[in-house]
Amino acid sequence: MGTVKLGVLFSGGKDSSLALLKSIEREEVVCLISILSKNSESYMFHTPNIHLTQMQADSMGIPLIQKETEGIESIELSDLRDAVEKARDVYGIEGIVSGAIESVYQAERIQRICHRLDLFCFNPLWKKNQEELLQELVANRFKIIISGIFAYPLNESWLGREIDRKVIDELIIIKQKYGISPSGEGGEIETTTLDASFFKKRIEVVEYEIEYERNAGVFLIEKARLVEK
Amino acid sequence: MILIVDMNDKRYPLASLEFVQTIFYITSKIEISHSVHYSEMNLEIAIAYERIILSGNGLKDGGFRTHLKDFQWMEKYERPILGICAGMQAIGLVFGSSLAKCEEFGMMDIRTIKKNPLFSLAFAAYELHTHAVNPSEYFEPLALSENCIQAIKHKERDIYGVLFHPEVRNREIIEKFLQI
Repeated sequence: MGTVKLGVLFSGGKDSSLALLKSIEREEVVCLISILSKNSESYMFHTPNIHLTQMQADSMGIPLIQKETEGIESIELSDLRDAVEKARDVYGIEGIVSGAIESVYQAERIQRICHRLDLFCFNPLWKKNQEELLQELVANRFKIIISGIFAYPLNESWLGREIDRKVIDELIIIKQKYGISPSGEGGEIETTTLDASFFKKRIEVVEYEIEYERNAGVFLIEKARLVEK
Repeated sequence: MILIVDMNDKRYPLASLEFVQTIFYITSKIEISHSVHYSEMNLEIAIAYERIILSGNGLKDGGFRTHLKDFQWMEKYERPILGICAGMQAIGLVFGSSLAKCEEFGMMDIRTIKKNPLFSLAFAAYELHTHAVNPSEYFEPLALSENCIQAIKHKERDIYGVLFHPEVRNREIIEKFLQI
């Protein structure tokens, strides 16, 4: 067990949740950092239900630093740097964890920010096989729903589905047939974590809305609450 | 059998997932692969393996540089060795080279300057380092970026070092190393 104080970049979806689990298992996580992008085309930070990160952080009992960004490429990176700097100053973080898997674009930029701020940078999911990543989520009993789909042949029926072995099997078949990434790092799928071993309470969706048009859609959580486990 | 030497400081176990596990994903599909931390390494362990790969490590982690005694097995191990980034630096230091500041992050253009079994021509590679190797007379440079030497080979042995990360982009370099 290490003793590095970490801030975990947290979007509320499966990748950052799994990176968070690996961080909690090995180091001390002192805060989460979420970037709320107003630009739905953001390279770095776009995800549906990003507003839910506060409730997720509350359920874990870990403080959250949220930072809004307009989502313009150059500015969103300086916004991320500001948020990381705040985490260093307020919570004394010594390093950052990201859920980057494949994107050298994303990894390089986070590495540069950490280097400039003299912080460690960890990417525990780096190059991880996407099918194994999904299996690991199920094995660790995460409750994660699909909250965005952005590629053919995914359709409205996928929105709100919980990731389980059946969903993984179906995604693998779709990957073989259509070449889309099963874990969705290419942006084909977005996810929202509702429960995990490190959640003290689970999140229950009370109201939601589905927006869908031609193989692109989102499952927007409009009202949720924390429930005892 | 392949041995991957973990170059990360033991205080940062998350880094092993990023720099060791990523090599494992490639080698374990081809041959049985094990890993060991550099501080636990010796010649007796080394000779049980046909090839050895020294991993990279995090930007802020230069811990191995003050533990070069842990790498003395390389002087007597006679089979192929590949050092990646920090691994290349360790190879260089053990055989009398020095380090020089050279920061590169992200994708860079690499140019091959000497024929070798691992790569050829020009290609783009992923970089993550603050120092490069100034090779001693034991080595010949194999490739360059616009900033520093990117790959070296020991003149008399199958010991290679690459400063870039072939486990991130250009994984076939690792696959070719397994065929040397």
